[in-house]
Amino acid sequence: MALPQRAVGEGQAAAPELKNLARPVSLARERTLPVLPALAGLLPEGGLRRGSTVAVSGATSLALALLAGPSQAGSWCAAVGLPSLGVVAAAEVGVALERFPLVARPGDEWPAVVAALVDAVDVVLVCLPRHVRNGDARRLMAKARDRGAVLITTGGSFAADVRLAVASSSWEGLGKGHGRLRARRIDVVASGRGAAARERQVSLWLPSADGGVEAIDRANARCLVS
Amino acid sequence: MTAAGFPPDEPVAVMFANRVVACSAAARRGGVQRGLRRRQAEARCPGLQLVAHDPDGDARAFEPVVAAVEAFCPRLEIVRPGVCAVATRGPSRYFGGDDALAARVTEAVAHVGGRAGIADGSFAAELAARAGRVIPPGETPTFLSTFSVNVLERPELADLLHRLGIHTLGAFAALPATSVLARFGTDGLAAHRLASGEDERPLSARIPPPELDVTAELDPPAERVETAVFAARGLAHQLCDELSARGLAVSCLRVEAETEHGETLVRRWRLEGATPLALAERVRWQLDGWLSDANPHGPTAGLTLLRLVPEEVLPDEGRQLGFWGGDRALDDRAARALLHVQGLLGPEAVTTAVPTGGRGPAEQVQLVPWGDARAPTSSVLAVDNPVYGRYPPPERGEEPWPGRVPAPSPAAVHVHSIRAEVVDANNEPVTVSGRGEPSAEPSRISVDGGRWTDVSAWAGPWPVDERWWDPEAHRRRARWQVVTADGTAHLLAIEGGRWSVEATYD
Repeated sequence: MALPQRAVGEGQAAAPELKNLARPVSLARERTLPVLPALAGLLPEGGLRRGSTVAVSGATSLALALLAGPSQAGSWCAAVGLPSLGVVAAAEVGVALERFPLVARPGDEWPAVVAALVDAVDVVLVCLPRHVRNGDARRLMAKARDRGAVLITTGGSFAADVRLAVASSSWEGLGKGHGRLRARRIDVVASGRGAAARERQVSLWLPSADGGVEAIDRANARCLVS
Repeated sequence: MTAAGFPPDEPVAVMFANRVVACSAAARRGGVQRGLRRRQAEARCPGLQLVAHDPDGDARAFEPVVAAVEAFCPRLEIVRPGVCAVATRGPSRYFGGDDALAARVTEAVAHVGGRAGIADGSFAAELAARAGRVIPPGETPTFLSTFSVNVLERPELADLLHRLGIHTLGAFAALPATSVLARFGTDGLAAHRLASGEDERPLSARIPPPELDVTAELDPPAERVETAVFAARGLAHQLCDELSARGLAVSCLRVEAETEHGETLVRRWRLEGATPLALAERVRWQLDGWLSDANPHGPTAGLTLLRLVPEEVLPDEGRQLGFWGGDRALDDRAARALLHVQGLLGPEAVTTAVPTGGRGPAEQVQLVPWGDARAPTSSVLAVDNPVYGRYPPPERGEEPWPGRVPAPSPAAVHVHSIRAEVVDANNEPVTVSGRGEPSAEPSRISVDGGRWTDVSAWAGPWPVDERWWDPEAHRRRARWQVVTADGTAHLLAIEGGRWSVEATYD
């Protein structure tokens, strides 16, 4: 069982915490890592279930936004095989850079590197090479399940538990020779296996005008930037 | 300095906080010294190349030199990265005299432009090394006497001595010691001792604690990692018992492995709170990395010898983990995994990003190897200016970077800019004039020789003229944000008439 990362405080405030810690079994809900509120609707448990894999296609920033929630909650995240990752964008969406080591070029050693990181880091973002051996993929997924880590993959094909794909995206704020990029509206389609089998679609501002992520209420969708 | 990639005959100076901390032989010939201000150094030696101070990198680059010298005499003292001293009496008897020893050491360090010299005392020896000379015993005062008092590296004292008409070390050494003490104080007396060929203090060569090494000879040779790790576990237990009996904890461990064919692999591991299991784990990682198929320098035979050497030991003060695991345990776990990855790929492969000031998306962060200090060191040299204050500012805060690419930042920053072409409605390439005026509105773009796509929205040009004070680093370009018809947004830059994709808003 993963222990909570907060130390127990004093007095009454500690009582519920202690109760949680003393409980022998952990429910699936407790075995999830929190994500930013806007992304909760995409994932079947409202968070990243420990031991699961998520394949993201279509937007690096979506993968970074998934990291932001666990990172802000104190987890370590790592990125493997993304030499051109925009670290500033990661910081803007909310990833804590001091807990975000980067292995830009793992080369052929990538399965060993990912396996080592899955051992110790809560969320590992991997850009897969074009061809992934079935054995490697299976081993990594088994290792993630065993260690309670979350694998987020971009590129390549991977039989992930949850697949997030960007259906459409449009930028706001840039005109014909004036303005600047301010926000992007994307429609994300989530599909997958098990609890994630029901397809969900969410519209997001990613990045939103303040650099974060914001869900768009479909009923009264409005233009963010007038 | 060699690590910075400059040829040895070029004048180069390493700057820190606007002062020279090291310089090459060519720069020294031009009159540059340690401790000079940037302006002074540049005035003395036109064409001087300046590089920023990187102590961790220096120490790393110097390590092979130390290793080469250590082959001749194990008891050496590292004066500072770039300079090490050894007591030569024993080694020169063994190698057949001072000249023979100096020749061998020079040969061993020649590939990095290193030089060796021998004299009585480390101060004189450093000067002798710069000249590549061997000073016979007893002749050191004569050798020193011709040097200028500037080599004492006490600028204020040297300035005063020059004004008193004392220009050489010989003239300074000729003064009576008591008068020097009366006039210049204890620091002056120390300088006087140096000038007379005596040393400030005897060499304090590091003596490794040999009794703590543990060695296992493997017979028959271990062909599999598991066998070696099993042996290592026994060694680790032995070492930990030995250490705990002395109340010591190891903070840096050297693991040596040797094969039947004489190949060796030595690696140092920094660790905290070593348990036998943690030590054995290090050995396993190291051997895994060595034996992996991807490694072209892998061993060709079974392992015959394993040795664990505690490089640094310190009094064991115990360790306290956070209650319920806690953040500390989490951090340690991550740090260990990253060390493992560094063992697989090399120390530079794992990086962490440190925010620094800058305009472009690539310049706003700096990637430092994992384990190095996370202090933002700018590649721009620090300049003290009475009007504008210190530049760049010591920390990133809310300081303005005029012309900075506005947030949100791109999620993909291309390491090597991708070539692009941009044309206007008449298929003429779009250019930007020296005054920052575009020749026409962009109409279509092609990235990396690919398909032409229509531009649906754009903004720019945003001209930036950076580091005009430094001819090497000077860059003048204009940035554009462009959204194409398929919804992709790029950050384009035009520099010298050539378009490139700097980043993509992915």
